[in-house]
Order: sequence, then structure tokens, then C-alpha cells
Amino acid sequence: MMFSSVLLKQKSAVRGIAITGLAVLLLVNILESRGISFFKIDVSGMMHFDRFALLSISIALFATLVFFILSAKDMEKIGADYGEYFALIFFITCGIILVASFKSLLILFLGIEIISIPLYILTGADKRNLKSNEASLKYFLMGAFSTGLMLMGIALLYGASGTFDVERMREMIAAPGVLSVAGMLLLLFSMSFKVSAAPFHFWTPDVYDGAPTAFTSFMATIVKAAVFIGFIRLFDETFGISQEKWQIWFAVIAAATLFIGNITAVFQQSVKRMLAYSSISQAGFMLLSLYAMNVSAKEGILLYAAAYSLATIGIFAVLNKLNDYTFEGFNGLARQQPVIAAAMVIFLLSLAGIPLTAGFLAKFFMLKAVIATGSGLWLVIFAVVMAAVSVYYYFRVIQAMYFKEGNATIAASGGFKWSLVGLAALIILLGIFPNLLIYWLYF
Amino acid sequence: MIAVLLILIPLLTGLAAFFFRNEKAVRSWALFSSVATLAVSLLGLTVFKDAKYLFHECEWMQGLGSSFAVGLDGMGQVLCLLTAVAYPIIFLSTWNSSYKRAHNFFALMLLAQAGLMGVFLAMDALLFYFFWELALIPVYFLCSQWGGERRIQVTFKFFVYTFLGSVLMLIGILYVYSHTADQSFAISSFYKADLPYNSQSWLFWLFFIAFAIKMPIFPFHTWQPDTYEQSPTATTMVLSGIMVKMGVLGLLRWLLPVLPIASYSYGDTVSRLAIIGMIYASLIAIRQDDMKRLIAYSSIAHIGLMCLTIFSENKIGFQGVMIQMFNHGVNIIGLWIMVELIERQFGTRKLSELGGLAQKAPTMAIFFVIIALANIALPLTNAFVGEFLMFTGVFTSTVTKYNILFTVLAATCIIFAAVYTLNMVRKIFYGEANALTANAKDISLNEKLALGVIVILICWMGVYPKPMLDLTNDISDSILKISDVHHLLKK
Repeated sequence: MMFSSVLLKQKSAVRGIAITGLAVLLLVNILESRGISFFKIDVSGMMHFDRFALLSISIALFATLVFFILSAKDMEKIGADYGEYFALIFFITCGIILVASFKSLLILFLGIEIISIPLYILTGADKRNLKSNEASLKYFLMGAFSTGLMLMGIALLYGASGTFDVERMREMIAAPGVLSVAGMLLLLFSMSFKVSAAPFHFWTPDVYDGAPTAFTSFMATIVKAAVFIGFIRLFDETFGISQEKWQIWFAVIAAATLFIGNITAVFQQSVKRMLAYSSISQAGFMLLSLYAMNVSAKEGILLYAAAYSLATIGIFAVLNKLNDYTFEGFNGLARQQPVIAAAMVIFLLSLAGIPLTAGFLAKFFMLKAVIATGSGLWLVIFAVVMAAVSVYYYFRVIQAMYFKEGNATIAASGGFKWSLVGLAALIILLGIFPNLLIYWLYF
Repeated sequence: MIAVLLILIPLLTGLAAFFFRNEKAVRSWALFSSVATLAVSLLGLTVFKDAKYLFHECEWMQGLGSSFAVGLDGMGQVLCLLTAVAYPIIFLSTWNSSYKRAHNFFALMLLAQAGLMGVFLAMDALLFYFFWELALIPVYFLCSQWGGERRIQVTFKFFVYTFLGSVLMLIGILYVYSHTADQSFAISSFYKADLPYNSQSWLFWLFFIAFAIKMPIFPFHTWQPDTYEQSPTATTMVLSGIMVKMGVLGLLRWLLPVLPIASYSYGDTVSRLAIIGMIYASLIAIRQDDMKRLIAYSSIAHIGLMCLTIFSENKIGFQGVMIQMFNHGVNIIGLWIMVELIERQFGTRKLSELGGLAQKAPTMAIFFVIIALANIALPLTNAFVGEFLMFTGVFTSTVTKYNILFTVLAATCIIFAAVYTLNMVRKIFYGEANALTANAKDISLNEKLALGVIVILICWMGVYPKPMLDLTNDISDSILKISDVHHLLKK
């Protein structure tokens, strides 16, 4: 990919290679999860490709594929280095695979860094835009800080247990001491930073707002979901035994994230910024899975990752084609582009968690997981009240598209429309038959 | 099969209606679809009465313990019949109103019908929740796209209100689910769920608030008059005629039998709310000048009585509620048709601007008076049967100490109903004709047809309610048996 931009002058060819490459990757990965692997690499027990990892990688790759199909063309607007953007995204994908399948904390660290560094570059890709530069710098400073925390956490855990391997570490820290608790907390904080959970979320709105829209779409969805997968693996495998000790931390973080994300999103005037806060609030919902940490939570987080990523990528793809990112910018879109508006409605309903969409079942699994733990009922009630608040800002877009007069126009090709329709259909399909996804975990 | 068809016909025809481009064609298509649904519903009542036709279950989300289980019990029959009857009447009576982008309008109307049917038919809690929300989405779009000036804010308030209620109910459903013996959402498992009293007591409010918002019960009613006023009249008919019954059905099918002890212990609290709401709404209705708002408040009063009766927990009351659900739907749709006729002709709904219509439009006056009398529950009209049964139910209730007081207070609302309804009739039809009403035209054939059906139903149910009583007999018994607290308290 890196060389393709040098070798190929035509942008469409670069795009074609990227999409084909990703499709091949996805196919290989799916075959692997069916038990057909082409080659074996010795990973010295540092990575572990179980069904959960393979399925989450498949989801991430599929979402990236969708992202390429919908938004790859819009990346041309950002700058001249078209091919390099794809290369960076492929690096990130590599990091995602590491994070989803780590078995050693070193690999987790490596994966997080491979994800983060290209993201700093992508955020600042719009070189002549001051906001993009500011966002990149902010992201870099805060990111470096949290990486430091993470490294310290890993070091402390190593000191406590004498190993990086998550399973051996689990045995060693069965009786937790000061070192291991401190290490775990540092890891928790740095991961919370990466998934923009409150109170570690302050970078999110500025970075998401400043970054070029196409890349915001990518980092707000696929990257975030992937880090969540890493997060849940870490706490499931390493710290699974001392669950009741850290459970309350997650309850507090989840509640704070839901509250800040939703309440602040209500007051936004720009849809892009609203989506940034919405991504915080959705992260709050995903944190419920870390609180519950049972079978239904693990199934749910995969469904959530898929539902949230697909819907948000769809919305960003449409947003990217508009000139005006405020709510008014959507006025009257339904009149001009009924098909796109209808697809948007399904994405927004899915994010709001209305039945028949994947978003509903994702939230449903989260609630079910928490209720199954038998505690934390206040958290569930708080979460659904916040879900009701979220209806306010998601429906503002629907209101603008359908009930307000205006002339928002989009120059969209037929292919773009059909991809959106396909994506919407997929969301509804997952909303009716979640087993299509979840069965992959078991069969 | 019948149950599945009742959902599928409106669903598929509704989806197809999005692709029509000709207004006339889509209108006929919607009417055709609704008549087909009515035919299926009637077949279910007469020919295919056997359980194997009425119930259907197939696998859906196996891992979750939820299945696609739908079925028609006695209450379902009544409500599906109401939905099936109401839709052709609505389409007929609004035949002359024209809508912008009519294909979307009719498509959404039919989708709303599918959702409503689903709520009435669902025998699985998760499925029930699905349909509960699905009925809401089309109605949201209908009201905000084709309604009055303040439609966007008003409908949004309505939506957020009901959405909040239903997500709270979702928590309740999930909690009950986690306490079922076989981890299943099936209604029979829910009825057998082992719930200690202290969890029932807060679960009760999670469910009750969802249903109370929908009905609406005081103090959750504030969305209702605004929404009825601002919605296009055809949608208002759906909202008030059919959709409020979702809440009543929820109480009868999903609250009382699932949480019997809490229903018993909070019965008096809820009854008090219902009575406050009834009197309060009746008094406000007397002072209204806008026809739509008047009818909206009148509806709150009538629904309050149903709620009161449900919590008096006896068979005669249950039967009264089920019959009255049908009757209330028919009557209020009749009233809305009148509002629509008057508004379309004169461009106003204000009682103070109308008058003297009886001389100009005698047929309309006759129809209106009959429907108005039914709204007051005069003997020989359908509502009399329902209300009489309900009052008897409240009066003979054994679960509350205050049965006599409740009956007396609730009965004052009959008097209030007479005051506001007759006052409305007087102001519209009698007195001097003014400049606006001087050139009034009488009603046209399609409207006569729609109103004729309503009047026939009013008289038939008023004189010979036996078919309805038979239909609701078994289900009332079984609900009572499951929610009977006396043997539970002994344990």
C-alpha cells in the first residue's frame, strides 16, 4: 500500500487496491475462523486467536471495508498524499488485530501504539487547516501521556507477577497487593482514555471535530470498538478473579460517561461535534459490558461494536458530503434525497436504540448482562434514562431532514446510495436476527 | 395463521405503498388492504375459531429464549377487531382530505396498523416490546409531518415521553426474564416467574409508568391533548381510538398477572390517580373551546375509568373494560370524523365560531347526536353496556375498602360527560347560523357510509352485547385466576 502511491498515479487505482486488499484480508480471516488457515506463524504464545478475537477482527475488517466503500472517495479532498492515508489505515488495522488477540501485555501495548501513532498523523492530515493541526497536537500530547500511564501500569504488574503473559499473571495476582492494584488502575485509566470514557474524555470532542471528517469516522468507530475489545479481554482474562474489586470503578466511570456524553451532546450545534459526544455516550453504554463481564456482555460488546460502527460510519459518510455541518445543514434533505434520508433515519434510530435495528439489540444485551449480575440496577435505570435523552439529539437530525424547509443537497452517485441502502438493510437484519453474528462465536 | 396474517397484511401492503406515485391509487390500495385485514379478522371470529388457526409460534432468537409467538385470545380478538374495523372507517371518512406525499402517509398508517396488531397479538414479552415501539415510530412521523403548526415540538414531547416509559418497561421485562424458571420471554413463563414482594413493588412502577403514559393516566397525561390537537385527524383517530388501548391491554395482560401482589397492594394508589385524572379531565373538558381538545380530555376521563376498573380486579369489571375498549374506540373515532368534517368545511374547530348547523346539515346532526349520546353512555348505546359493567365491577370490588367511594366519585364523571358533550352539540348544531355556517353542505356518501357503520355498531352493541360478552368470558376468568392474590397471600 505504501508503495502504491509512488507507483500509481491514478487515485482510483489506489482505492481499488485498498478495497481489494481489505476484502482479501476479511476473507482470509473468515476462513481462519472456520478452521481453514493458510499458514502458521509462531507467535510464541504471545497472541491468542480464539473465536472472540477472530470474530471481532472480522467485524473490524468488515467495518473498515464499508468505510472504504463509502468514504474512500472523500479522502481525496483532504490532501495530496492519497495513498499514504490508506497505508496508515492499514497500519491501524494491524494494530487492531494485535489488540484484539493479545495474550501478553506487551502485545497489547504494541497494538495500542500501532493504532495511536498513525492516528496522530491522520488527525493532522489536513495540513493547512489550523483546527486539524491543533487537534493533532492535542491528541498527541494526551495520547503520549496515557501511553506513559499504560507502560507504568504494565511495569508495575510485571513487578507484581514477574510475567507479561495474561494467564500466568492471573494466577500470580490472585492475592492482589499494592503493586498489582496500582498497576491495574493505571491500565484501567489509560484504556479509559483510549475509549474516551469520562473523566478521561476531554480530548475527544476537539480531536474528533478538528480531524478531517473521513478520519473522524474511522477513529470514532472502528478504532474505538477495537480498543473496547482489548479492554474487555484484558479485564476478563487478567483480572477476572478480582471482579468485585474493580466492578464499582466501572459503574462510576460508565455512569459519568453516559451523563457527560449525553447531556453535552444535547447542547451541540454542529452535527460533527454532536457525533463526537454521542460516541462518548455510546462508549458509556459499552462500559456496561465491562461492569457485567459475563457471557451476555461478551456477545453484546461484539454486537455493539458492529451496530455502532456501521451506523456511525453511515452517518459520517453522509455528513462528509454536506457543506454545512450544523443541524440546519440537514434541513430539507428528505425532499432532495429521499433514499439517503431514509437510510440516515435507520442509522439514527439504531444509534438511539429503537427496536428492529441492531442498535436496540446491542443496548438490550448490555442491559441484560448487567441485570444478570443481580446488582447495579441503579446503573441500568440511569442508562436507559440517558438513552431517552439521546433520542433528543439524534431526532434533531431527523426533524431537520424531514420536517424543516431547506435545500440541503448532496451530490451522490448511485453506487453511494446503494451502499447506504445495503448498510441500512444490514443494520435491520442484525436487529431482527442477531444470531447471524453471535452464532459465529460458537459454531 | 390468522394472527400472522393480521400483522403481515398491513406490514407488506404498507411497505408496498411507499412505492406508489399516484395519490388516488395509493388511497384505494390502503382501503383495499384494510378491508382485507378486516376480512381476516372476521374469519378468525367466525370460521377459523380453532386454536390451531389463532395461535402461531416459531423460533426467533433461540439463544435468548424468545420466540415469535402470536395469538388471539378473547381480548386480542376484541382489540384486533377494533383495529380492523377502525382502519376502513378512517380511510373512508378521510377519503376527501388530500395529503402532500400521500404515498408516505398511507404507508405509515398501514405500518402503524401492523405495529398495533403486533402489540395486541404478541405472546412473548420481547416481541411485545418490539411491536410496542414499532407502533410508535410511524405515528411519530405521521404526526410531525402532516400535523398542525406546533407539531414538531408537540410530537417530540409525545415521543420522548413514551420512549422513556417503554425503556423503563424494558428493564422490568429483563428483570422478570432473569427470574423466570426457564430463562424465557414467553408469556406463560412470565406468569410463573418467581418474584418476591419487594422486587414486585418497584417492578410494578416500571411497568405501570409505561402503560400509564400510553393510556394516559394522570399525572402522565400532559402530552396527550397537545398531540391530539396537532396531529392530522386520521392519525388522531389511530392514536385515541386504538393506540391508547395498548396501555389498557398492557395492564390486563402484562401487569396484573405478572405482578399480582404489587398490583393488589398499589391498587388503591392507582385508583386514586385514576379518579383524580377523571374528574380533573372532565372539568377541563367543560371549559374547552377547541373541539379536538375537548374530545381529548373526554378521552382521558373515559380511560381513567377503565384503569380504575382494572384495579378493582373482578370478572364483571374485566369484561366491562374489554367491551368498553371496543366501544370507546368506535365512539371516539366517530367523534373525530365529525371534527374532521367540520374542520375541512369551515376551517375552524372553535365551538364559539360555529352554530346553527342542524338546519343546514340535518344528516350530520343526526349522526353527531347519536355518537354524542354514546359518548355520554346513554342506555341502548354501546358505551352504556361497558360502563354499566365497569361500575358494577368497581362497586362490587373485594380488593379495596373504598369501593363505594370510588364508584360515587367516578359516577360524577358521567354527569360531567353529559355537560360537556351536550354543550358541544348545542354550540355546533343549534342557535343561529352565522356567516361561516350559513352555506354549510351536508355530508357526502363515503362519510355517510363510515358514520353509518359506526352508528350500527353503537346500536348493536348497545342492544345485543352478548357476542362480546361471550368472547371476553374465558379470558377474563383466566386473568382473574392468575392475578388472584387471595391464595397467594395465604402462602
